[in-house]
Amino acid sequence: MIELDGVSVSLGSTRALREVSLEVGRGEWVALIGPNGAGKTTALRAIAGLVPYAGALALGGREVRELGRRRLARLVALVPQLPDRPPELTVGEYVLLGRTPHLGYLAAERPADRRAAARALERLELVRFTDRLLGSLSGGELQRAVLARALAQEAELLLLDEPTSALDLGRQQQALELVHELREDGLTIVCTMHDLTLAGQYAERLVLLDQGEVVADGVPADVLSPENVELFYGASVRVVEEDGHVYVLPQRPVRTIA
Amino acid sequence: MIYAEVQPRGVPRPWGLCAVALLLLALLVGLGVGSIGIGPGGIVESALSHVPFLHVRSPLSSVEEAIVWQLRAPRVVLSALVGGMLAVAGASYQGVFRNPLVDPYLLGVAAGAGLGATLVIAYGGASGQLVPPAAFGGAAISVALAYALGRSAGRARATTTLVLAGVTVATFMAAAQTFVQQQHSNQLQNVYAWLLGGFSTATWHDVGVVTPYIAVSSAVLVMHRRVLDVLSVGDEEAASLGVDVGRVRLAIVAAATIGTAAAVAVSGLIAFVGIIVPHAIRMLVSTSYRAVVPLSFVVGGAFLALTDVLARTILSPQELPIGVITAFFGAPFFAFVLRSTR
Repeated sequence: MIELDGVSVSLGSTRALREVSLEVGRGEWVALIGPNGAGKTTALRAIAGLVPYAGALALGGREVRELGRRRLARLVALVPQLPDRPPELTVGEYVLLGRTPHLGYLAAERPADRRAAARALERLELVRFTDRLLGSLSGGELQRAVLARALAQEAELLLLDEPTSALDLGRQQQALELVHELREDGLTIVCTMHDLTLAGQYAERLVLLDQGEVVADGVPADVLSPENVELFYGASVRVVEEDGHVYVLPQRPVRTIA
Repeated sequence: MIYAEVQPRGVPRPWGLCAVALLLLALLVGLGVGSIGIGPGGIVESALSHVPFLHVRSPLSSVEEAIVWQLRAPRVVLSALVGGMLAVAGASYQGVFRNPLVDPYLLGVAAGAGLGATLVIAYGGASGQLVPPAAFGGAAISVALAYALGRSAGRARATTTLVLAGVTVATFMAAAQTFVQQQHSNQLQNVYAWLLGGFSTATWHDVGVVTPYIAVSSAVLVMHRRVLDVLSVGDEEAASLGVDVGRVRLAIVAAATIGTAAAVAVSGLIAFVGIIVPHAIRMLVSTSYRAVVPLSFVVGGAFLALTDVLARTILSPQELPIGVITAFFGAPFFAFVLRSTR
C-alpha cells in the first residue's frame, strides 16, 4: 500500500526526514513513535503529499508527487493533530467536506455524497449532532467529527496525527477502539502516537523514528525495549509484558545525593 | 439499510424571497423618492408600458417619465449593482482570508483606484471620462503587485504574507496619491468628491460599462460558495481534501478584485458595505458561505440602493457623499462585530 524508499524531507534548513525506507501493507495498522521532533508528523505529511520530498514515495504503486491533489485525496485521508475548527459550519456540513475530492471543482454534492456523509455520521454516532455548529462541540466530539470527515472521504489509507493527544483517558480508549473497528472496512492505518502503551496495544507494528531516521521497526514487544526508550526518549521506564501486551511505565530515576 | 442524507444549508427559501422582496422594495423606493414623489403604482404601470404587446398606458407625464427612467433609474440600478458587488466581494475575501473583519479593499484596491483617479483628475484636464478606467487600472495593478509581492515572499503562512504585502502596496499607493493631490491643490475638491464616493452622475452608460464585469465576477464568486466552505478548514486541511489552495485563492481574489475595481471605478470608495452585509446575513440566516455569498449580492444591492436614497434626501437639495452614510452606520457595526468575534 505504502512504499517509502530513501525518502528525505527538508523543512527550511533542517532535515526532518533522512532516507527513510518503509513498507506498509494493505490493512496494516502502523504507529510511528519517537521523541518530539523525530519526524513523525513530517512522515505523515509527506505521505499525504503536503510537503515536497526527495526519494521515492508510492501509494499503491503510484508516486505521490505525480498524483494530482484530488486523486491523492481519494486515496489518503488525514486527521491532523489540531484540526481547525471552523465555527461557521455544522457538523453535517463539516463531514460533507470530506466528499470534496469526489466532486468536480465547482460542483455541488450529489445524493450519493450526502448519503456517504450520513453513513459516516452514523458510524461515529454523531447523527444527533448533525445540525449543531462545530464550535459547540467538546474535544472528544470534535475528534469524532474529524474522523467522520475522513471516513466520508472513503480513502483506503487513513493517517492519524496524534489521534489521542487532546482526549482524556476514557476518550483515548474509545477513539482507538473506534479506529480499530474501522479496519473492518479494509482501511490501512498509519498514526503517530506519544503514548507508548496505547501505541503498543492497538498498532500491530511500531516504527521508532529518531532525528528523521528509522531506528527500530517491528512488533511492539521488540521495539518497546527499556533500552530503546532510554536511548531515544532519554526516559527511564519499566516495560511490563503481560498477556501478550506491553506496558511502558515511567519510573523516576534513582538519584544518589553526594 | 437506508441512510438519511446530510443536507448542507443553502439559501433558505423564505430568506431568499425576503432578500429579493427587499431588493424590489429598494428599487421602487429609489425610483419613487426625490424632489418629485411618484407612487409605486405609477412606477410599475410606467414600467409595464415599456413592455411591448402589453398595451399598458403610463400614468406619468413625460417629465416624470424622464425623471424616473433617465435620472433615477440608472442611479438606482448602478447603486444596486455596486452594493451587490462590494458585499459579495467582501464575503469572498472574508472566506479566503478566514478573517471576518476583512473587506474587499484589503489588498489595495481602494488605494490603487484612488491613485489612478487622482492622476487623471490632476493631469488629465477637465474630462471626467478617463477617471473610471484609470481607477480600474490603478486598482487592478495594485492588487496584482500585492499578489506578486506576497507570493515572492514565501509560501508558508501564505494569507498572512499576502495581507502584509497588500498593506505595503496600499500604503505606498496612498502616499503617492497624497503627493499628487497636494501638488494639484486646485483639484482637491474634485479628488475628494471622487474619493468619498457617490452616484450623483450615474448614467445608463455607466451601468452598461460595469454590468459585464460585475455579472461575471459575482457569478464566479457565487459558484465558489462551496469551495469557500472547504477553505474554512485552513490551507493544509483543504489541501488534504484535494483542493489546490493557491489556485483557488488566486481565482477568488482575481474575481473579487476585478468586480470591486469596476464598482469603485464608477462609484468611488464606499466603505463598510462588504462588512455590514455579509455579517448581517451570518447573524440572521446562516454562517455557511453557501448562503452568505449569494444572499450578499441581493441584500448588498438593496442596502446600497436604499443608502443612496438617504444620501440624496437627507440634506436635499444638497447631496451627502454616500460613503459618509455607510461609514456612519458601518463603523459602529464593525465595532460590534469586532467585539462579538473571538
